Amino acid sequence: MTTLTAKDFKSDQEVRWCPGCGDYAILAAVQSFMPELELPRERIVFISGIGCAARFPYYMQTYGMHSIHGRAPAVATGLAVTRPDLSVWVVSGDGDALSIGGNHLIHALRRNVNLKILMFNNRIYGLTKGQYSPTSEQGKVTGSTPFGSVDHPFNPLSVALGADATFVARAIDTDKQGLTDVLRRAARHKGAAFVEILQNCNIYNDGAFDVVRDHKENRLYLQHGEAAGSTGIVHDETDFATAFALSRVTEATHGVVPVGVFRDVPRDSYDSLVQAQVDSATARGPADLQQLIGSGDTWVIE
Amino acid sequence: MAKRVEQLESVVIRFAGDSGDGMQLTGGRFTSETALSGNDLSTYPDFPAEIRAPAGSLPGVSGFQLHFADHDILTPGDRPDVLVAMNPAALRTNLRDLPNGATVIVDTDAFTARNLQKAGYETSPLEDHTLDGYNAHLVPLTSMTVAALADIEGITPREAERAKNMFALGLMSWLYGRETESTLEFLRTKFAKRAEIAAANVKAFTTGYHFGETSESFSVQYEVKPAKLPPGTYRQITGNTALSYGLLTASKLSGLGLFLGAYPITPASSILEELAKHKGLGVRTFQAEDEIAAAGAALGAAFGGSIGVTASAGPGIVLKAETVGLAVTLELPLVIVDVQRAGPSTGMPTKPEQGDLLMVLFGRNSDSPVPVLAASSPGDCFYAAIEAVRVALSYRTPVYLLSDAYLANGAEPWRIPDLAELAPIGVEFAQANGTPFLPYKRDPKTLARPWAIPGTPGLEHRIGGLEKANETGNVSYDPDNHDLMMQLRAQKVAGIEVPDVEVDHQEGADLLVLSWGGTYGPVAAGVKRARARGLRIAHGHLRWLNPFPGNLGDVLRSYDRVLIPEMNHGHLRKLVRAEFLVDARGHNRMRGKPFTAGEIDDAIGAML
Repeated sequence: MTTLTAKDFKSDQEVRWCPGCGDYAILAAVQSFMPELELPRERIVFISGIGCAARFPYYMQTYGMHSIHGRAPAVATGLAVTRPDLSVWVVSGDGDALSIGGNHLIHALRRNVNLKILMFNNRIYGLTKGQYSPTSEQGKVTGSTPFGSVDHPFNPLSVALGADATFVARAIDTDKQGLTDVLRRAARHKGAAFVEILQNCNIYNDGAFDVVRDHKENRLYLQHGEAAGSTGIVHDETDFATAFALSRVTEATHGVVPVGVFRDVPRDSYDSLVQAQVDSATARGPADLQQLIGSGDTWVIE
Repeated sequence: MAKRVEQLESVVIRFAGDSGDGMQLTGGRFTSETALSGNDLSTYPDFPAEIRAPAGSLPGVSGFQLHFADHDILTPGDRPDVLVAMNPAALRTNLRDLPNGATVIVDTDAFTARNLQKAGYETSPLEDHTLDGYNAHLVPLTSMTVAALADIEGITPREAERAKNMFALGLMSWLYGRETESTLEFLRTKFAKRAEIAAANVKAFTTGYHFGETSESFSVQYEVKPAKLPPGTYRQITGNTALSYGLLTASKLSGLGLFLGAYPITPASSILEELAKHKGLGVRTFQAEDEIAAAGAALGAAFGGSIGVTASAGPGIVLKAETVGLAVTLELPLVIVDVQRAGPSTGMPTKPEQGDLLMVLFGRNSDSPVPVLAASSPGDCFYAAIEAVRVALSYRTPVYLLSDAYLANGAEPWRIPDLAELAPIGVEFAQANGTPFLPYKRDPKTLARPWAIPGTPGLEHRIGGLEKANETGNVSYDPDNHDLMMQLRAQKVAGIEVPDVEVDHQEGADLLVLSWGGTYGPVAAGVKRARARGLRIAHGHLRWLNPFPGNLGDVLRSYDRVLIPEMNHGHLRKLVRAEFLVDARGHNRMRGKPFTAGEIDDAIGAML
């Protein structure tokens, strides 16, 4: 196989995100990373729901489906279970993954379906022009909350960990190196990988992550086995309590935002378990359908 | 002393008792014995949605009706000739369905003051005049069972009592001269892990049988000769089993893997349970977190080149609507099975209805054409499932397959098909040919777009819910393109080749009775009755509801009058009137029960 480059993963479609959107940086980082999969393009599939982030598959020169709001993990599950030969990626946003599609997200994670789920978190509904999202901070004034939002927000990583996700990580849209490191680890993980990508919406929620995006000194890069900054926590990717504790560390609590891999533990993936049942059932050759439909009490009419 | 044997052409029996009395099992066994005796038969299990409603209560009554005959029959029968009532509530809820002179067998032990009160009887119907005019057999079923099992060790008094349904089955098996070995074998296998329970049930069964032989209460034994059905090897089958086998067969005929996404729902769950058994045939079943995910996963599997199927009932189908719309615009194959039940909302989950037709045709945003076909009998669910898959794969479209709670649970004899005689389903995945790939360039004949599955080199492409430019499939907001795409999607579905509607015409008939789906049996039986009293009637039955058969307009216009019986408020009638400007009349009842042949006969009479 000839070596592919980032250019090979650019589709012929014009990218139509707003100028200055964080999605451009994520797209570039993903396209640059793709050759590392060492897979031919036809074996890679991007599936999305609805929202700004969900346009992502159109720009990837792979197989892709832009499906319906919140349902990408469900569609991707059907594909991954029937086609274990494929590398299946889900691209979602905070509204898509945590609001309308929250149910599918947690179930894909608990089942550990072999999907790489990239959730672009900009803490706002962009495509519908700026309503608050399930990750918007309480008190947020938006088109739908002129007096400020009264909703308490989700912590996406805590949600993923609560669903017993086997791989949980966070990266920043413009931090190409950090994002690529996380993508590499996610791709290598067998099972569901959940990656929150902090992404700036410069139109409806500009500066939401300036504290960590611009102020690099506030980034806490997690390293397995090492002290996590001044939090007093020694990071252990295999320990649930550690991962959960780190998911609660914020700029507000500790003056830093952890990025990198929070959790990475092995567990059989859903699709591999399904395949194993099929393999074991067919080990002595495929069952006989004619025999099946003629089973039970039968009688002959001459 | 051998008793007199009387010949009967057909019999309708109803077993009724508490939902914990094992009436479905009893009915099922009697059905098996009857099938092995070579009769034609039709069953109607009628049970509450509650697993165990309060014991002895009216809503807790579970029934199983069986019609068997020495000739071809079409329905489970209008009115039972025999009622087996295991308690007062069962008697009270079922007696009104019996004609005068019908046989009633009751378990007198269950007629306690408390049970009488629960059933709303002020005096015992066994002692007042309630049973006057019926051929009543008052049998202490429970106490006779318990006495017979006294010497079987290791069973509790409760377990002994519970075997009373087998006593009743044994008695009925004697009364109609049924084959009994299959039931004895069944009991030994079912309770293989507890030999004493097996022994108790066998003993109860044989005691009931011998009671019939010796009791003076039963002076006549009945015989129903085998029916003359087309030659072949038969088994009995329910609609949901047949539908599952049809899907498995379609997988074999097409060479594609089968994926079922489903969420448990009455009365569709048994399709998921049946297919989950057959991993040895390569089937993958996915019990999803909800109805939406079940449909989404099936569509994802279809994108990957499998036969994607999702199965549910009305309240679940509603939730799948957005995914079906996506399948319409993606133009990927998908089969959506709707086992219709009484609604609206949760309605009556175990009871049949035909109320989903307009929903599956039109219950999506925008013009979103989807082919729809409906099975006509339990056994036909097999062939309807194959046909649904064939159309979905050939035209790259979602297809709705309609069944209902009556077909799903009802059983009939089924001639086991030779799979080698079924036509293969040809499927070709697109391959790169050196020219730029156009994912929405259509086959000129079928208007189907290419099915290019991930893993195919050179055909990487993106599809989605946004409107697509003709041929390239790129996102397009061009007004003329949208208009064209709307037309192409409509033309594709309108152009699906479906067989002409066949009419069972009678010389001189000027009334056409048009039925669809699960009412085939009762409507055909009703037409037969009307003809038997000299009326001239034609009967047509629709399998395809979208598109309609090409000859339907001509057929409708060739009769002066059209009657459309439906278990809804006139869905097909609306369509026929709108499409063909025919002044069709309806017979519309929604009682959560299949039509009776008698009411169809009456409705025909009212038209003439």
